[in-house]
Amino acid sequence: MRFVTWACAAVVTLFTLAALLGPALAPYGPDDLDIAHEFEPPSRAHLLGTGENGIDLLSALLRGARLALAVASSVVLVSLCLGLSLGVTAGYMGGAVDRALGAVINVMMAFPSILLNMAIVALVARPGVGHVIFALCVNGWVGYARVARGETLSIRRNDYVTAAVCQGLPHWRIALRHVLPNLAKPLVIQASYGFGGVILAESSLSFLGLGPARADSWGALLDQGTSYLMVSPWVALASGAAIFACILAFNLLGDDVSRRIS
Amino acid sequence: MRTPKENGRSRRTDLVAGIGRRLAVGVATVWVVATLVFFAIHLLPGDPVAQILGEDAPAEAREELRAKLHLDRPIHEQYGIYMAGLVTGGLGQSFRWPERSVGSLLAEAFPHTMRLALVSMAVALGLALPLGVLGASLGGGTLRGALDVGALVGLATPNIWLGPVLMVVFSIKLGWTPLPGDDPSGLGSLILPAITLGTALMAILYRLTRSSMEETMRRPFMRTARAKGLGEARSLFGHALPNALLPVVSVGGLQLGALLTGTVITEKIFERPGLGSLFLEAYYARDIPVVQGCVLVMATIYVLVNALTDGAYLLVDPRMRRPVRERGAS
Repeated sequence: MRFVTWACAAVVTLFTLAALLGPALAPYGPDDLDIAHEFEPPSRAHLLGTGENGIDLLSALLRGARLALAVASSVVLVSLCLGLSLGVTAGYMGGAVDRALGAVINVMMAFPSILLNMAIVALVARPGVGHVIFALCVNGWVGYARVARGETLSIRRNDYVTAAVCQGLPHWRIALRHVLPNLAKPLVIQASYGFGGVILAESSLSFLGLGPARADSWGALLDQGTSYLMVSPWVALASGAAIFACILAFNLLGDDVSRRIS
Repeated sequence: MRTPKENGRSRRTDLVAGIGRRLAVGVATVWVVATLVFFAIHLLPGDPVAQILGEDAPAEAREELRAKLHLDRPIHEQYGIYMAGLVTGGLGQSFRWPERSVGSLLAEAFPHTMRLALVSMAVALGLALPLGVLGASLGGGTLRGALDVGALVGLATPNIWLGPVLMVVFSIKLGWTPLPGDDPSGLGSLILPAITLGTALMAILYRLTRSSMEETMRRPFMRTARAKGLGEARSLFGHALPNALLPVVSVGGLQLGALLTGTVITEKIFERPGLGSLFLEAYYARDIPVVQGCVLVMATIYVLVNALTDGAYLLVDPRMRRPVRERGAS
C-alpha cells in the first residue's frame, strides 16, 4: 500500500477513534467555561488554546468529531439506501417510472444544494442533529440514484438478465440477485467520496449558523473563530484544519478504492 | 435516401428541436424551483409581520400590513399572486424595506456577486489551463507529482477554511490586502475572495485540462504536427490545446452556477455585499420575497448556463441533437 493511503487510513482511524472515545478523552466538558482565560493561545493547560467564554478548543474538537461522524455516516447510509432503491427500480422498470425519476434528478441537480439544505434546516426553530441529517439526505440521495439508475440500465441489457427473465424469475429476485451485486463497486466508490462531501456540507451549514443548536460542530467553531480572527486565529485554524484533514483523507481513500476496484 | 438539401433541412430541424427541448426543460425546472422555494419559505416558523413591526406593534397595524402583503390570504392564493408576479416580471416588495422592490435590491447586489464569480472563474481558468498543459507535457516526475498533489489539496480545501487562512496570512500578518469590510469595490479586496471561491474549480479544471490534453496528445494529428517539424510549444498550444478545450470550457460553464451559490459563504467570510449576503440577511430577518428572489435568480442562472452550454454542444456535435433514447437504440 502506498504511503499516502496509509496516511489517509491513519487520519480516518484517528477521526473514528476521536468520534467514539473523544468525549471520554476530552480534558474538559462542554460546560467547563473559564471566562478569565478567554482566547488564550495554546498552553500546557489547553493544548490547542481556548475559544469564546474560555472553552477548551481540543475538547470541543473531540466532541465535534462525534457529531461529524454521526452525521456523515447516517447521511451516507440513508442516501445510499434511498438512492439505490429508487435508481434500481427506475433503471430496471424503464418507461414512465424511469422518465419520472430522470426528471426529478434533473430538477434536484438544478437546485443549488446548499440553499435547499438551509431552507429545510430553518423549517424548525431549534434544529437538532436529526434535522440536519434529514436536510442533507433530501438531496444526498440524488448522486447515488443517478449512478444506480445508469448502471442498472446497462446491466439489464446483459444476456444473463435476459436468461433470468426467460427462466421466469420474478423481477424483484432478478433485481436483488443479478442487478444489485453488480452495483456494489460504483456505489462503494461514490460512498467513500460521499463522507467527505457530507462533512463539508454539515460544516458549511453550521458555519452559516444553521447547524444543530447547542452542539460543538466544527463548522460552528470555525464561524466563531472567523469572528475573532484578529484576536485568536488558532480557533479558526484548528477547527478548519480538522475539517480539511478529514475531507482530504476521505477523498484520497475514495481515489484509492476506485483505483483498486476498477 | 435523402437528398443533401433534405439532409440540411433535417439537421436544422434537429437543432431547433434540440434547443427547444432544452429550453422547455429549463423553464420547467425554474418553475419547480420557484414552487419549492415558495412552499419551503412559507412553512418556516416566525411571523414576518412581527419581524417588520416588532413584537409590540398594535394589532390593527399588524392586520393592515398583513393584508397589504397578502399574508391574510390562503396559501394557494398567495402562490397564485406570486406566480402571476413572476410571469409579469415582478418579484414583489421587500418586507424589511417596504418602499424597495425585490428587483431593485437584487439589481443592486447582483453586480457585486457577478464580479466576484467572474474574477474567480478568470483566476481558475487562468491558472488551470497553463498548469494543465504543463502537467500533460511533463508526463511524470516530481513537478508533475507536485501539481497533482496541489490539485488534490485544492479540491479538498473547504472554502470556509481557506478564506480565514488567507485572511490571517495576507491581510493580518502581511498586510498586503485590505481587511474584510474595507472598500468592497476595489480590486485589491476582490483577490482573496476570488481565490477562496475559485480554488476548488481551479483544481477541477486542472485535472480536466491535463487528462483531456493527454488524450489529445496521443491522437495521430499530433504525431503529424511533430513530424512536420513543429516546435513543442507550437504543437501543444496551436494544435493540442484547442482540441482539448471543449470539455474544459463546458465544465467551466456548468460550474458558473455552482460558483454563484458558493458566494453565499465567501461573501459572509469577507463581509462583502452581494446576492449571498442579501440572501443570508433576508433569511435571518424573514424577508420572504427577497429570499425567494435570491434563490430564483441563482437557480435561473444555473439553468440558463446549463442550457447555453448544452446549446453550444448541439452546435458542434450533431450526435447530441437526438434525444437520449434514440441515441441509445441506434
